[in-house]
Amino acid sequence: MKMVNLIINNVKVTVEENTSILKAAKKFNMNIPTLCYYEDLGIKSDCRVCVVQVEGKKGLVSSCSTPVSEGMVVYTNSARVLNARKTIVELILSNHDVKCTTCIKNMRCELQNLAKNLGIDENRFPSVFERQPIDDNNPSIVRDPNLCIKCGRCVDVCNNVQGTSVLAFYGRGHETRVSAVFDEHLSDAFCTLCGQCASVCPVGAITEKDDTDLVWKALADPNKHVIVQVAPAVRVSLGEEVGQKIGTIVTGKMVSAMKILGFDQVFDTDFTADLTILEEGNELIHRITNGGVLPMMTSCCPGWINFAETRYPDILDHISSCKSPQQMFGSLAKSFYPQKIGLDPKDIFVVSVMPCTAKKYEAKRTEMSVDGENPDIDVVLTTRELGKMIKQMGIDFENLDEKPFDSPFGITTGAGAIFGATGGVMEAAIRTVYEVVNKKPLESLDFKELRGLEGIKEAEINLNGTMVKVAVAHTLSMAKVLSEQVRNGTSPYTFIEIMTCPGGCIGGGGQPYGTTNKTRLDRISAIYEVDAGMPLRKSHENPEVLALYKDFLKEPLGKLSHHLLHTYYHNRNNKSQTR
Amino acid sequence: MLLKEVLKKYQRKEDNLIEILLDYQAIKSNHYISKEEIIEIAEYLSLPESKVCSVLTFYTFFSDKPRGKHIIQVCKDVPCYISSQVNVLKTIEKELGIRVNETTQNQQFTLEFTSCIGCCEAGPAMRINDKIYTNLTADKIKAILSEYRVYMQ
Repeated sequence: MKMVNLIINNVKVTVEENTSILKAAKKFNMNIPTLCYYEDLGIKSDCRVCVVQVEGKKGLVSSCSTPVSEGMVVYTNSARVLNARKTIVELILSNHDVKCTTCIKNMRCELQNLAKNLGIDENRFPSVFERQPIDDNNPSIVRDPNLCIKCGRCVDVCNNVQGTSVLAFYGRGHETRVSAVFDEHLSDAFCTLCGQCASVCPVGAITEKDDTDLVWKALADPNKHVIVQVAPAVRVSLGEEVGQKIGTIVTGKMVSAMKILGFDQVFDTDFTADLTILEEGNELIHRITNGGVLPMMTSCCPGWINFAETRYPDILDHISSCKSPQQMFGSLAKSFYPQKIGLDPKDIFVVSVMPCTAKKYEAKRTEMSVDGENPDIDVVLTTRELGKMIKQMGIDFENLDEKPFDSPFGITTGAGAIFGATGGVMEAAIRTVYEVVNKKPLESLDFKELRGLEGIKEAEINLNGTMVKVAVAHTLSMAKVLSEQVRNGTSPYTFIEIMTCPGGCIGGGGQPYGTTNKTRLDRISAIYEVDAGMPLRKSHENPEVLALYKDFLKEPLGKLSHHLLHTYYHNRNNKSQTR
Repeated sequence: MLLKEVLKKYQRKEDNLIEILLDYQAIKSNHYISKEEIIEIAEYLSLPESKVCSVLTFYTFFSDKPRGKHIIQVCKDVPCYISSQVNVLKTIEKELGIRVNETTQNQQFTLEFTSCIGCCEAGPAMRINDKIYTNLTADKIKAILSEYRVYMQ
């Protein structure tokens, strides 16, 4: 690798050639402010906030897109640079709905932060901002174009990471705007509601729909028995919302915090993840032994279901009929649980905390209702919303005691925990399917080839002497690759796991802001640490799950299981569109 | 001519998008590409519809809304703006009784802005259909418009 010598702010530095000035400066502890730049995404140089002065160059250059060169002399904070940067941000603000104190991103907005750091206490430019309608026509995502600064991160994620191509730039010049295709509502534009756009938006232009008020209201209602379930990925990311290091495991403190918030019972979605493995594993075995439709594809990810229903309606019978762990919990919470504690299901208010925005939509699907009338899950909160409630309540999170989850949905296994990472559902399923079919214990429970951030991962397992190929994909671009094979009948696999978000649920659209691949890897390590530290690591050894079958469900794929834990999918491609 | 026949002339290559849009819009009576046509073109080229929309709305040559027989495009870039003794847009709006991005009731004129049309040295400038008019004054604008009005009668 060729090295290049240059001077940044009078500091002599040496970096690899083709490094951008931005990265070179960062490497030597000089952070240049940015707005459209986002680690792991494409370089846009849209916003011009990262401009720097290079000796010998007439104009200022954007440091994100300009590579270093030998002998270059760079100033990242000269008077000229500061003045230009300030002007740029003032111009952006002049076309922005400046309502910071009432904005959902108040104190976590990159534009607000930048304005503060640049010392903008007054805008020299008059506002040219014109109000446009807000799109909040779906249960998951709110898009407020009045706050959009046209940085293009959402368009990049939607097109290049997810390959969903819902969001795009329209028009040109200062009239450029970001919109869903044909200016439709997201709900009509085949949006999968994955929320990756919300997770990278630097301002409040795309956010999750905030449902915290509904939860506060339920918690204050003495007639409601309010229970909550927490998804596997939340325990390794919630810490970031309350000032802890990335990848900190906060399970016990999180349970304590939720008790203080006032939840009557705090349950673990890992429990229904274990249940999912028993149902889904048996479904797989059933499909293999009875000539059913193969490959079977996982069904826990609601973004993937939205994707398949709109883009691949012809392969829906490949998708497991199992409800997601969230919805299995919902069914039990409105059937088994009220029976057990002697309450009317109508008095039970079920909250989910998910790393996901699409889960809000999933909970609102009409088929996700045991009584056919009321939703099984009343409200879904994202990790960020739970963080917000903890802060609203003024809880000193760091000093909380650790508490265990409540029974009967409290004992879980490592297999349930790893649902939160890409490859985890597959690994958990193999741990069970292998032992059920081969009737002998696995030698090693760790399937390292299924872990990590590679787009598509493969493994082979021996089921009674037959080698079976399985695959794991994360991001919808990768899901597309495997779905095309299934559609064309060329898929070499028997079982396929698909997760919409990069890295799986730990990188979900409802997770703490600032998620990068480095963050994802840290959260993934934490998840496997949770797994490794569990006394039980196989779903079929979960005693509470086994007791649930014995006392209530009877058997996997049985009549009651079928009624409560399985679902069906719809062809939602009513427009024969190619998105 | 049908869109299908236009498409047949082109290979299914992304690079042909602009050619197809230009070719087809030119032969369409109201000079625009409809949503259904966007879907058909996107499918033909295996492009996301949003990509076709982006390209279509980027270039002022194209429109996704029906337009009149004559398309008046007023340059709104800086050289034209500062060389103007006259507010070109206002003059035309007053003459035709429409605002920018509107079409006259008789479907004869559509008024739009355009970005630079390369006549900075002779601004202010505008384009009507394929013809460029430069060094505009209020009288000149009125005279040009009346020429087109004569044509249509």
